Amino acid sequence: MGSTNTAKVDRYKNNFLKEVEENVEEGDWVRMCMQCGVCAGSCPLGPHWDHPPQEIFMMIRAGKRDEVLASDSMWMCTSCYNCIVRCPRELPITHIMHGLANYAHRLGVAHQENPTRRFAQMFWNNVTKTGRANELKISLGLYFMDGFMNGIKKSLAMKKIGIGMFMTGRLDPFGLVQGRGCKGSGDIDKMLKKAFEIEDHRKGYNS
Amino acid sequence: MAKYTYSFYPGCSSEKKASASNMMTSVETMCSKLDIQLNEIPDWNCCSASIGYCGGGELPRLAMNARNIALSEQHNPEQDIVATCAACWLGTRECQERIRQSETILTDTLEVLKEAGLERHFKNEVKVRHMVESLIEDIGYEEMAAPVVKPLEGVKVAGYVGCQTNRPFGIDGESFENPKYLDKIVETVGGEPIEDYDKKVTCCGGALAFSEPEKSFAQIKDIVESAHDRGADLIVTPCPVCQMNVEIYQQQINHQYGTSFNMPVTYYSQLMSVAYGSSAKEAGLNGQIIRAKKLEDIAGK
Amino acid sequence: MADEKKIAAYICRGCELGARLDTDQLANIAQREGKARVVQQHDFLCSEEGVQLIRNDIDNEGVTHAVVAACSRRAKTAAFSLEDVAVIRTNLREGVIWAQPDSEENREITQEMADDYVRMGCAEARFVTRPAANSEAGSSKIILVVGGGISGMTAAQEISKAGYSVILVEKQGQLGGWAGRLWKRTPGKEPFADPEDTKIAQMVQSIEEDDRISVHLNATVGRTSGAPGQFSVDISTASGSTVTENAGAIIQASGFENFDASQLPEMGFGKSPNVVDQAGLELLAKEADGKRIKRPSDGKEVESVVFVQCAGQRSDKEGELSYCSGHCCNTSIKQAMYFKDANPEIETAIIYNDLRTPGNGEDFYRNAQRKRVTFTKGEVSSVETGGSDLEVRFKDLILDEVTSLSADLVVLATGQVPNSGVDVEAELEAETAENDGNQAGSKQEESLSVSVAVESILNLDYRQGADLPHLQHGFSDSHFICFPYESRRTGIYACGPVRRPMDIAQATEDATGAALKAIQAAENAALGRAAHPRSGDLSFPSFRKEGCTQCKRCTVECPFGAINEDDAGYPLFNEGRCRRCGTCMGSCPVRVISFENYSIDTVGQQLKSVDVPDEFEEKPRILVLACENDAYPALDMAARNGNHYSAYVRVIPVRCLGSVNDIWVKDALNCGYDGIVLMGCKKGDDYQCHFVKGSEMAHYRMSKIDDTLQQLQLEAERVSTLEVEITDIRRAPQLLNDFVDQINEIGLSPFRF
Repeated sequence: MGSTNTAKVDRYKNNFLKEVEENVEEGDWVRMCMQCGVCAGSCPLGPHWDHPPQEIFMMIRAGKRDEVLASDSMWMCTSCYNCIVRCPRELPITHIMHGLANYAHRLGVAHQENPTRRFAQMFWNNVTKTGRANELKISLGLYFMDGFMNGIKKSLAMKKIGIGMFMTGRLDPFGLVQGRGCKGSGDIDKMLKKAFEIEDHRKGYNS
Repeated sequence: MAKYTYSFYPGCSSEKKASASNMMTSVETMCSKLDIQLNEIPDWNCCSASIGYCGGGELPRLAMNARNIALSEQHNPEQDIVATCAACWLGTRECQERIRQSETILTDTLEVLKEAGLERHFKNEVKVRHMVESLIEDIGYEEMAAPVVKPLEGVKVAGYVGCQTNRPFGIDGESFENPKYLDKIVETVGGEPIEDYDKKVTCCGGALAFSEPEKSFAQIKDIVESAHDRGADLIVTPCPVCQMNVEIYQQQINHQYGTSFNMPVTYYSQLMSVAYGSSAKEAGLNGQIIRAKKLEDIAGK
Repeated sequence: MADEKKIAAYICRGCELGARLDTDQLANIAQREGKARVVQQHDFLCSEEGVQLIRNDIDNEGVTHAVVAACSRRAKTAAFSLEDVAVIRTNLREGVIWAQPDSEENREITQEMADDYVRMGCAEARFVTRPAANSEAGSSKIILVVGGGISGMTAAQEISKAGYSVILVEKQGQLGGWAGRLWKRTPGKEPFADPEDTKIAQMVQSIEEDDRISVHLNATVGRTSGAPGQFSVDISTASGSTVTENAGAIIQASGFENFDASQLPEMGFGKSPNVVDQAGLELLAKEADGKRIKRPSDGKEVESVVFVQCAGQRSDKEGELSYCSGHCCNTSIKQAMYFKDANPEIETAIIYNDLRTPGNGEDFYRNAQRKRVTFTKGEVSSVETGGSDLEVRFKDLILDEVTSLSADLVVLATGQVPNSGVDVEAELEAETAENDGNQAGSKQEESLSVSVAVESILNLDYRQGADLPHLQHGFSDSHFICFPYESRRTGIYACGPVRRPMDIAQATEDATGAALKAIQAAENAALGRAAHPRSGDLSFPSFRKEGCTQCKRCTVECPFGAINEDDAGYPLFNEGRCRRCGTCMGSCPVRVISFENYSIDTVGQQLKSVDVPDEFEEKPRILVLACENDAYPALDMAARNGNHYSAYVRVIPVRCLGSVNDIWVKDALNCGYDGIVLMGCKKGDDYQCHFVKGSEMAHYRMSKIDDTLQQLQLEAERVSTLEVEITDIRRAPQLLNDFVDQINEIGLSPFRF
């Protein structure tokens, strides 16, 4: 992974904007930002961002590669799409944030401790394993993300909710052992393998 | 032959014993009253949701959704895809549009679908819709009012629209900042919409309720508080994530903020089922962690 | 004269007038008190049949004055514009029944109101004469255009296209102005994406080939005298020859100069040849002729360029421009594209604080972003010229950090300075101060600041000075809020950047508008009629010389420079320049100035004709003198919208508050009115007065009326001067009601008997 990052740095030198345009989902929109700040004011988690989208875009133009990619800002995105519908320049800001996060993640330079990054990867692994989400495994996986003892603590804290969900028939206690999922999960595996192959090739990731 | 027929994409949370299984129960009840037939897309898979961006990148996520579109076009030809989950609808529709916008992405997607032998079924022509969209646009408020036998008289309902049913596509061309369709549905079934509920499109935190609970709780607190302050008996929503987040964390929020919320959060389909004369069970009310007593009373009448 | 008059009164019963009012009583009043010799009532007076009724009386009964007691003078104007007779409109609909609630307890005072308005209409009729056109009207319809840049050329072409002749005077040796020195212009048509050819060469050629346009190059205006329809203009050429031409109207399109960038030493201008202003860059681009632009110091092809927006403008620093010149953001975007279009790899950055892209500039801006021009929100502190490259130091306002960019070339976006000639008002002030022997330091400084020799553009032979008055920042006069082309010198219109900062697209539009206004002015002048805003008015002021005390108030207070003084010091009215506002009439202490259809008497007799109830009835009477341009329509519209106001007011429309003579106020107080309200337009720097200074004059004059009130032992609160806007349909009635409340508190006037 690190070698991919080095390769990108070599290739684009100081032109981080170009790197973003060519590698990040919807990245060629970044240059169209007019710095009005509506996105920053519209984000529900705005106060928790180190750099709101407007600033991230400016940092990209100013070539602040390391700061942008290692930032935990875009991991704060709740995918509420408020910024998208309000942006007067119609930038797909939500998607750009996702794209930047994914790019940083793939290069291995993303904010390491960010819980959303770890949860999101776990979620992806969960749903692609069988083709459908297993909510129990997602929840437990999340609680045990920071080790066994922490996991027990968190599980206990959330116990009431889990029991509530179970009692109302909205959580399957056998989800751990019993398989849910698609019959065609083999097909899905093959498809995803191919999709990653194409995307890795197009974006020059070392797989 | 039913009056309305759709290719149905239930999504993971609507599965049996999943978090929105109560919605599914009520959707089935509601559809039978409105003569809607839902033909489940055979062997559908997860849309990968927005949060899938981290592990899934662009093409693999599109692949997941393209598979569903292809399966629908193969098995339920000529039928619009209808999703009850906001994320499923958004993911599928976004996928459809992204593929339409780019020749490269289309070529790549077809190559990926070939792995499952689905490329020849993928036309990407099917209309992708949310359940409330079909209700409003195809069936209409008038027809939705017809089966009402127990109008929800005196029930004050805060219509919490949330994010992904509302943005970026919206329902029936309504404003993103103040959509009215939930209020209209509440009126249609005889309830009293809280018109000045100012958190109706505020984000509940979505998937970040898992990873950033403190930040999401702050959001949820505002959403419940606003409904409570304006005298709501319950909150109603079309989105499974919204429903779950706003309902199940109220105790923790009470603990943390010193509040005493006990605000039921139901789906629009549950309201409709009750108004249509169904039992509490048929309306999925036994799936509420915070019991919707007012609705249960009406259902029990 | 009076014996030739035959007054008829026509009372309409339509629009519920008949139901709400006792019209027989009104007819009685018209006949007995109003001395109307013919009185008729009709159910639908503005109908063809109703109008025919009046027509018949004119033709068969010899009626000369028709008092139409129906709706407001602002309604049904076409139906009641009768030829040959003087028409007096009495406002019973908007002014009475719509202004009052339809209730039994209100019936009596509503009827009293209507009674009074009929009295007033008849009283006015007795003192009105139908005006005849000015017999000394000039008939030249040639338009003089001063300035041969994009504005002047556009005006000339538009005038020619409309079929009129043009004299185009240009100081330089060729036409084109600043636009002619551009490599390309900002786009003027769809999709507003790329710089476009200026097409100046084609424009110049077509003007040269135009038979209706005669061009004077290397020429200036040495002297301008006369009035609309009959301006006389001396055109002097560099060679020393002078020709005199006649013109019906004048357009001043004298344009702008660029702010002198050498006043910005911190920006490196003058220190390094690689720091240029936008005009300098156009020069470099013309030299490059579509190829790579080279930097002046060593001819190296420019690989990086930085544009500094708002250089020396939007600044509060002494000597810099405080305003935004409007075009410079689009110009920098265009110039950045010069580089990007030649080679997309050239680094181009525009450092701005607020990017302002008027017109369709937003599309242009977007396309520049597509072309990868970098836009950075920042504040440039300095350009360092020490090294081989330039170093632009700035604060990034988004990232909140001080940083810098190096560049081969720096372009400063400086602003437009209007080329508006002499500041005549400052000159007059200085002159007055001198005459008064006022040697106070501040005045002296002011006079010093204008003593710097500035060449006049028009060299007007007016007592008010050689050029159009200046507005803020030295731009030429215009009634910028309501009527942007109008100036205080009738028939002279400023357009283009001399009027306010603007770009080519706006200047083109501005020039087209000015062209139409100039044609209109010349045509109106030829018919002996007033120009805007009383366009078409045939009346003009006359004065009784034997009563005149040569006090000069009228000559000084006329906002339009329409009154000069003759050798003996008497006012010399120049009808062509007169806008018929009546400010002279309002100013005259001996009341010798009047119009045939608007005079001390036409208003004075109206207010005296009102039946003021005796002191025991406890019904106050308030006189409202309302400006016909905004206040009167506002009250009409208020009534139409059901916003009622007190039935104790009697409203008389006036042409402008400037025309209000003190005597009306004094007469009204003597007649026993309990209060007097003057309602006019907004005054001050952002005035909305149609006649610029009228409202201000009225406020000034009324501030002196306190002495009169004191002499009469009356409270100062009984006279109030208010500013209203035409949109004040709620506020205006409220102001009147509040005033009536205030009068009730003070008590009725002791002058009732």
